[in-house]
Amino acid sequence: MNGFINYIKEIIQGVTTLLKGMSVTGKYFVTSSKTIVTQKYPENRKDLVMYDRFKGEVIMPHTDNNKHYCTGCGICEINCPNGSIEIIARTEEVDGKKKKVIDKHIYHLSMCTMCGLCVKTCPSDALAFGQAFEHAVFDRKQLTKILNKPGSVLTKEIKE
Amino acid sequence: MKDLWIYDFTSLTAAIESWLESTFPPFWAVTFEMVIIGLAFLLFYALTGLILVYAERRICAFMQNRLGPNRVGPWGVFQTIADFIKLLMKELVRIKEADKFLFNLAPFIVIIASFMAIAAIPFAKGLHAIDFNIGIFYIMAVSAMGVVGILLAGWSSNNKYSLIGAIRSGAQIVSYELSVGLALLSVVIFSGTLQLSEIVESQADAWWIFKGHIPAIIAFVVFLIAATAETNRGPFDLAEAESELTAGYHTEYSGIKFAFFFLAEYMNMFIVASIAVTVFLGGWMPLHFWGFESFNHIMDFIPPVIWYLGKTAFVIFLMMWFKWTFPRLRIDQLLTLEWKYLLPINLVNTVIIAFLTMMKWHF
Amino acid sequence: MEEITKPLTGLEKEEEYFINMGPQHPSTHGVLRLVVSLQGEIVKHLDPHLGYIHRGIEKMCEKDTYAQIIHLTDRLDYLSAHMNNEAICLIVEDVLEVEVPERVKYIRTIMAELQRLNSHQLWWACMGMDLGALTTFFYGLRDREHILDIFEETCGGRLLLSYNTPGGVMYDLHPNFQQKVKDFIKYFRKKLPEYDRLLTGNVIFQNRTKGIGILSKEDAINYGITGPSGRGSGFSCDIRKKYPYSAYPYVKFNEILREEGDSLSRYKVRIDEMWESMNIIEQLIDNIPEGPHTAKMKPVLKLPAGEYFQRVETSRGELGVYIISDGAKTPYRVKFRSPNMCNLSVLDHISRGAKIADLVAIGASFDFVIPDIDR
Repeated sequence: MNGFINYIKEIIQGVTTLLKGMSVTGKYFVTSSKTIVTQKYPENRKDLVMYDRFKGEVIMPHTDNNKHYCTGCGICEINCPNGSIEIIARTEEVDGKKKKVIDKHIYHLSMCTMCGLCVKTCPSDALAFGQAFEHAVFDRKQLTKILNKPGSVLTKEIKE
Repeated sequence: MKDLWIYDFTSLTAAIESWLESTFPPFWAVTFEMVIIGLAFLLFYALTGLILVYAERRICAFMQNRLGPNRVGPWGVFQTIADFIKLLMKELVRIKEADKFLFNLAPFIVIIASFMAIAAIPFAKGLHAIDFNIGIFYIMAVSAMGVVGILLAGWSSNNKYSLIGAIRSGAQIVSYELSVGLALLSVVIFSGTLQLSEIVESQADAWWIFKGHIPAIIAFVVFLIAATAETNRGPFDLAEAESELTAGYHTEYSGIKFAFFFLAEYMNMFIVASIAVTVFLGGWMPLHFWGFESFNHIMDFIPPVIWYLGKTAFVIFLMMWFKWTFPRLRIDQLLTLEWKYLLPINLVNTVIIAFLTMMKWHF
Repeated sequence: MEEITKPLTGLEKEEEYFINMGPQHPSTHGVLRLVVSLQGEIVKHLDPHLGYIHRGIEKMCEKDTYAQIIHLTDRLDYLSAHMNNEAICLIVEDVLEVEVPERVKYIRTIMAELQRLNSHQLWWACMGMDLGALTTFFYGLRDREHILDIFEETCGGRLLLSYNTPGGVMYDLHPNFQQKVKDFIKYFRKKLPEYDRLLTGNVIFQNRTKGIGILSKEDAINYGITGPSGRGSGFSCDIRKKYPYSAYPYVKFNEILREEGDSLSRYKVRIDEMWESMNIIEQLIDNIPEGPHTAKMKPVLKLPAGEYFQRVETSRGELGVYIISDGAKTPYRVKFRSPNMCNLSVLDHISRGAKIADLVAIGASFDFVIPDIDR
């Protein structure tokens, strides 16, 4: 008799737990218009705002007069763990003295691991993280970027 | 029976038949009649398959807090057509060591079995292809043929994963047919006839699930569980579990043959839902309650075909709900469920129902 | 059981039936190849074949300075990225005797507990999915998005953080951080009982995990199974309690232990750990002291010659970091004692006699992350 009662109890308990589980999914089905969490991605590009600190890629911010803050010291190249940055500098005559000036700041986006050491250790705060994230291209050469724009020069102002 | 304000399709079918017989010689008349019915069913089959696949993707997406297909056509309604065209254009991979004849035959057997079952189900008064006086028996016999297709598919693929999947599936289907049969037997005892149109007519005062109170509800629940297991769906889809054995018995199929298996699964679901609706929920009979004449007359305004499709849709929704909520059962737990739980409950239920019918203790 | 597991000879050996699970398989959570020898449906013997994602992280660490190693430890067990970073920082700070500000300790602990919550949410999502309940995947990931948003706002990354550095953290907390964490905890406290209703109490789920893959306490200690998998067998090994670091001495929390040692108890340990993590965060979030977000460190870090070891509690067990330094600015050798590798070593032992479907349940309850095994 005991065995029979246990059997019935087992069945009723089992069915109760199944119905509880169904209530969870049923609730989401019924309130689906309010609980949908996905975004319609390519259509919502205009109002898509990433967070300020989002690490999309490394960029060199330029002022309105096409000036940047990079002195060509090469500290970012030393600190980068896997060689994603190459600094090509040239010497220039400035006020009679020979000074090192940045010629090309080459950045390999294909190798960058977004560790942030270059941004953090730059003594003149020349680098920052940009927020673009759609980097897929058909040609790998487009992932090697030159960060300083053509014709831009080092600004003489101090960055705040 | 009571005064039913329901359009009787027998007049339409009789009119078509008499037109055919008067225009053509007898042999051609019968042939054309069969061709017309066959084409109608093919069309219905294809359309229902498309709609069901789309419905499943939408329903499961809502349960999972996401949208589902929403780009191809308004609200994504053409998604299934796009998928179907893609499947048609896929390469049919030829297996070297496989038994070619059986390999090609297997999907067709599965589809033919479901076709034959749908022929006996009444869609409205007088609207069915065959009206055997052994209707339920015929449906059960014919839907059992599907298991042959699955076993052939697994065997002829020459792949050990397919073989494991097919044998598991075979064991599962054969076991659960017992429960399906016994559950259907309960309504047969209540109504006293095997003929499907008679069973539907006998529900004119109320559906059997209300008239048979508790034993009928138990039989309905058991039928629903066993039917989900019969169609390899839901928590019983071990045979095609992706996270365990690639894709089970249809691993080696590609292109249109895979589409057949896929479609046959959804159509099987539709068929067991129709059987459940016809036998327990009144088929095309609107919702009547004994004695509420005005209520019954209002219910009669909705055409029977709509009632039938609506009820089937409800049962299909229940089956989809099962699939997306529960984890899978292991093969031995599946068989334990059938032989140690469902079968004893069924047997006891059948005895109780026989007793109730004898004492006329049902409504 | 004994007849099934003794070695085969003669005709039986020729008829042994091998299956490959992986390397591409939806349930192995990574590229793990398991060569399973079956008799019918029962597993007789299991061989993991590793190395499909070996990247040479320990070798790469030998040419990087200590600040640069951080970005590599992120990629070990990426679901405990923060704790991995913390291990390296703790060694360096200990050896160079740098006193980190109190604020840094609180930030590190809060981030570590958020990372643990994050990892357990993903584990729950995948466990349900492996067993066939496909909706759990979406619910787990939906709730995980909140934590990932919090991480993104402060650290800039979602999965691979690189937030710790020797001496402190890279950026100070974002002004929205406290409020967002508090909102998240309120939201998640309501959602976690739903997880129980959907999966834990479900009779099908219980039948699939109760009594499956039993790991005794002696075996757990012998094989070195730490983390929630070991605690599910009664092995008390929580580093946060035994060798506390960062802000763990300041919080009160329970170590979750269960005795049965089967998959269900490992499951329940992780669910209870999620509740405990929320308690820890609540104790800390309102009391973060003001101060600098990093200590003053020399630009070039050189550890004196010697051997150093540090252990932290990641979401899957005890991560040990062993550094041999010869006085240069890069280490001579770095060795990681990875928790997943030790957890994997016991899989063969406990899955003998189980069925294939059980193998999936056991693997899911151990919660492997394969990149940590191969490094």
